[in-house]
Amino acid sequence: MPVMNMVQALNQALREEMRRDKRVVVLGEDVGRRGGVFLVTEGLIDEFGEDRVIDTPLSEMGIIGVAIGMALYGLRPVAEIQFIDFVYEAFDQIVSNMAKIRYRSGGMYSVPMVLRSPCCGGIRGGMHHSQSPESYFIHTAGLITVMPSTPYDAKGLLKASIRSEDPVVFLEPKSIYRTIKEDVPDRDYTVPLGRARLVREGDDVTVVTWGAMVYQALEAAKLAEEKHGWSIEVLDLRTLFPFDKDAIVESLEKTERLVIVHEAPKTLGPGAEIGAYIAENHIELLRGPIARVAGFDTPFPLVHEKLYMPNIARIYMALRKVMEY
Amino acid sequence: MEVLEEPPISLDKALKMYRVIDEDGNPVGPEPSIPDKLLIDMYTYMVRARILDSWLLKLQRMGRVALHAPNKGQEAASVGATLALEGRDWLFPSYRELGALLVRGMSEEEILDRALTTIDDPLKGSDFAIYGHRKYNIVPAPVPVANQLPHAVGAALAAKIMGDDIVTMTFFGDGSTSRGDFHAALNFAGVFKAPVVFVNQNNQWAISVPVKRQTAAPTIAVKGVAYGVPGIRVDGNDVLAVYTTALEAVDRARRGEGPTLIEAVTYRLGPHTTADDPDRYRSRSEVEEWERREPIRRFRLYLEKKGILGPGDAEEIYRTWESRIEETVVKVLDKPPLPPEVILEDVYSKPTWNLVEQMRELEESIKLLKELGVEVE
Repeated sequence: MPVMNMVQALNQALREEMRRDKRVVVLGEDVGRRGGVFLVTEGLIDEFGEDRVIDTPLSEMGIIGVAIGMALYGLRPVAEIQFIDFVYEAFDQIVSNMAKIRYRSGGMYSVPMVLRSPCCGGIRGGMHHSQSPESYFIHTAGLITVMPSTPYDAKGLLKASIRSEDPVVFLEPKSIYRTIKEDVPDRDYTVPLGRARLVREGDDVTVVTWGAMVYQALEAAKLAEEKHGWSIEVLDLRTLFPFDKDAIVESLEKTERLVIVHEAPKTLGPGAEIGAYIAENHIELLRGPIARVAGFDTPFPLVHEKLYMPNIARIYMALRKVMEY
Repeated sequence: MEVLEEPPISLDKALKMYRVIDEDGNPVGPEPSIPDKLLIDMYTYMVRARILDSWLLKLQRMGRVALHAPNKGQEAASVGATLALEGRDWLFPSYRELGALLVRGMSEEEILDRALTTIDDPLKGSDFAIYGHRKYNIVPAPVPVANQLPHAVGAALAAKIMGDDIVTMTFFGDGSTSRGDFHAALNFAGVFKAPVVFVNQNNQWAISVPVKRQTAAPTIAVKGVAYGVPGIRVDGNDVLAVYTTALEAVDRARRGEGPTLIEAVTYRLGPHTTADDPDRYRSRSEVEEWERREPIRRFRLYLEKKGILGPGDAEEIYRTWESRIEETVVKVLDKPPLPPEVILEDVYSKPTWNLVEQMRELEESIKLLKELGVEVE
């Protein structure tokens, strides 16, 4: 089985889906000859030509609006937004159309498209190359929001997203594009949307997280085990909406303690919804308060980003809080 | 600096206004050769749109329609442009195109089912003032203006990529040309030579803001030129001018020569919507002046002068459709409403778990409201 990083796995997912289904097209800025600024679409133009790997003018609103029209007509567009920080120009198209056309048309029309984009911090990208805006998409009924944390999941989730009948926002944590390598099957497989992955088993605390924060959570779990012998379970949500509530509940039945970790700013971050869901429906499972570790409620800073983002110390502090309550 | 070698797109057509007949129905130049039956169909579609429009106003005042965006005065552009399409082509209308819907084959009953959100509403009560139907390749308009323009470009490009012989057409107002979507759509359409026809209903007013406040450009059509998209300015109250121009644009798109921007210069004789009061921002004399130029009277005079409509024919067409539409209104008013569960349907291809939970909450709340004797409609 070949060893791949996330970029290579995503590239293979696109290539396989484009071979399998000629309705799949890729469009965006620099996705052709340049292969995308992170090389996710590298080489696709050579195999599939300019009709299916489309370099567009520099306009997120145009890319998403045109992709919606393509999906309405019957294609399966995968639209790349070069950095998710630039997506806001396309917000009206995403919120008013991509998410709502099925509902607006009484189910007569649908928009089976994928918006894929590098997201999140950790590469000293500063304010406009580091954001984690998943809450906006989760809050918008009609969208599915996904974020992989491994090359294997990236390939399987992207393939599932392309085959989804519903529009998917597919966020790629760029800090782990090339740092994590693993065996990725060279064959067709999908990872189902809506299902979490148990990354580490434990009995004392459930840490719900996703994207690059999975690795921070694992480090904090190791530290807590070494220092106190606490046994920490780590759950990678993978699909942020609709999230795998059953996996969280099943884990909490064992651990009775919940910590949620995400890069997105704390206030109304996805942790607010997950925490509220558990508090509203399963308060009896909890021994004490839920803790959240999140990006601070500021714009993403260029300096001290490792302090801004959840890190081993801040996650450990949260573990201590729920264990010592 | 290198200058494009291609000959520039005609500025002349974008600046001057093309018309076939004047305000009293007299030809001002060569007349297109159009079969009499099609001419009478054009007239009939415009009359049907006018009657339906006045019914929707009435039904709104009766409290049976949530909101209506009146079409009066803009029938020629709506009908004339859409008649240039083939059945397999796709339409992306705005919320003010009853004539276009009728031309595509939507019936008055289907339109009224929509407006009154009856059990047969094809859009299942999703919003007001918008219409569409998959059967007729009409994608329901979004209310945020100009959103549909990039969709028309995307569908046109998709058809091109799939090798389908399809043209798309989209309608929008003068206010829409200030939005980013207009820019993005024209830009993409020009770059990719998308087979799309943009029909701008320049009705002079975006609610209370006149077209002079939307743009300092001398015309809307001229904006196309900068995107490499031919812009053609026509008298939007002259159905023959609109039809012949649209036919050329549709043919051009079908031949693979790319998009066209048509500016139909017209006037919104009614309010922006039933929630608007135009007396606050425009003069009665201006409206009266445009009443004189309105498209139905003008086309009728032309058809009568040519002998295509005989004495009494126009009245006959009007009376026939007036009574048919009235019968349809009576029938539709009697239909049951949509059931409550539609509000939770069609969000996703399959309901997500939160929607399943919320469906239970909805059902239980309906039962309780009944027990409490509380009316919520």
